[in-house]
Amino acid sequence: MFDNYQVTGKKATRNGFGDGMTELGRINDQVVAMCADLVGSLKIQEFIKENPKRFIQTGIAEANMMGIAAGLATAGKIPFATTFANFATGRVYDQIRQSIAYSGKNVKICASHAGLTLGEDGATHQILEDIGLMKMLPHMTVINPCDYNQTKEATLAIANHQGPVYLRFGRPSWPIFMPEGQFEIGKAILMKEGTDVSLVATGHMVYYAMEATKILEESGISVELINIHTIKPLDDEALLRSISKTKCVVSCEEHQRNGGLGDAIAQLCAINLPSPQEFVAVNDSFGESGKPDQLLDKYGLGISDIVTAVKKVRQRIT
Amino acid sequence: MARSIEELNNISSQIRRDILRQVHLCSSGHPGGSLGCADFFTALYFHVMNHSSDFKMEGHSEDMFVLSNGHISPVFYSTLARAGYFPIDELSSFRKINSRLQGHPTTHEGLPGVRIASGSLGQGLSVALGMALAKKMNGDDSTVFALTGDGELQEGQIWEAVMFASHNKVDNLVVTVDYNGRQIDGDTDDVLSLGDLAAKWEAFGWTVLEMEGNDMQSVLKGFEDAKSKLGNDNPVVILMKTEMGYPIDFMMGTHKWHGVAPNDEQLENALGQLEETLGDFKI
Repeated sequence: MFDNYQVTGKKATRNGFGDGMTELGRINDQVVAMCADLVGSLKIQEFIKENPKRFIQTGIAEANMMGIAAGLATAGKIPFATTFANFATGRVYDQIRQSIAYSGKNVKICASHAGLTLGEDGATHQILEDIGLMKMLPHMTVINPCDYNQTKEATLAIANHQGPVYLRFGRPSWPIFMPEGQFEIGKAILMKEGTDVSLVATGHMVYYAMEATKILEESGISVELINIHTIKPLDDEALLRSISKTKCVVSCEEHQRNGGLGDAIAQLCAINLPSPQEFVAVNDSFGESGKPDQLLDKYGLGISDIVTAVKKVRQRIT
Repeated sequence: MARSIEELNNISSQIRRDILRQVHLCSSGHPGGSLGCADFFTALYFHVMNHSSDFKMEGHSEDMFVLSNGHISPVFYSTLARAGYFPIDELSSFRKINSRLQGHPTTHEGLPGVRIASGSLGQGLSVALGMALAKKMNGDDSTVFALTGDGELQEGQIWEAVMFASHNKVDNLVVTVDYNGRQIDGDTDDVLSLGDLAAKWEAFGWTVLEMEGNDMQSVLKGFEDAKSKLGNDNPVVILMKTEMGYPIDFMMGTHKWHGVAPNDEQLENALGQLEETLGDFKI
């Protein structure tokens, strides 16, 4: 069923970012890495070792980091400002809004440890609102890749994209299944064709959606699985093409229902193609400490939750 | 771009007229701090900085300026226009619909001379650091200048930047503080005291200089001192004493003209205190 998407191993998406940065350091001399005291977590040690003069350690001062990034970009550099997703968005929202987004600066905000799957650190660090915060900013590109390979490709791609970008990835070791060469900013990836439901997933949830698809197909439901790495700009055309065929959609994301991928799809459909939709997302709640898989299950983001949501949305087609 | 003190004072007089006429035209804006900083802007753009009015965002090999306290946009706009960045008569569009001269400066409308949006306070010093670091990476020995308000120093991000600058030896940067002692709700001493400002910057490892911001001779000497301190590992700050509203008699000695425009009568009175040296912008 997923011949082109066989699991080849496990690595964290943040490792994909770090390895992407190493490669960028070698091929693009305008790239500058920045970090607010989380170098090891962001996996950028190799970049720093190879390019010590193109690394800026700001200390635990994220607001200053965003401002410096804006200044570097003004002078033609391509700064990659890195920290945890919580501190890269909510903590510095006004700095991003004024100095980066409104000022139109070519800054790449790269954020690890997004969502529930950072695990034991708990709700203070598990931001589930960052996609919403970032996609509300005019002209901000928002990308949430699904595995090591896609994160590495996204890291390389955003260096060649003019304009502010929010790149979101995570902490846990996660299955690697995406072949190389499929990533293009703004282009959805059709992983499997089907006729009964459009299952649309982003980030870590793409793997769970694949697993859910296998279960659903066994029970006779034909699933069309779409991998959305770019949440903004959303690939409207690909989504409408799929939903016009299947007549219903389930969105899956490690994020609040409010403001996330599902919200964006609902808006698209409300305007163009009103369709039954179910949301696999955190529903107006903070997270807590625990193992990533335990947390995904507890907060309604498990594989069985996707299966249930698909069956439910199918019943709502009139 | 060396000019005599008399020439510079003539320019600053015209800039002050521009400030008052801009805020009067739209009945909105911030004349107090703008008037207080007119001598600073005049010296910077007509004497101190090596810059080109043929505006290039990246500013390679040019001195660059960041206005952190963006609400004093009237003095920034008038200075840029008088320095040739855009037509002088465009000043009449300040704060009006479809204007490039937004209430607070922005790059968004493509106004030449503006490199960053500002208005939400506390951010410009960080941006200036980024520009200064880029210059160092590029082997570009020009200088970055930044202006902040004094009330603005109440923002925490300022001190993140201050700590960063000395640790990283950003010694191609001159920050000036508009030390007028006033903010919207009153005197800084009453709202949130700044304490011993010189000692604070010194404790963070900066070279601290002082100048009288409404005395052109003192401003020129202050900049000269600052330039002589560059390249010595330490970043440089100038605490610039100014009088909000200077030199308009009824606008000085109070915080009330921070964000209020004069009416017709007040404008006439104020313009009577300033010589029209270079011709007013047309409405």
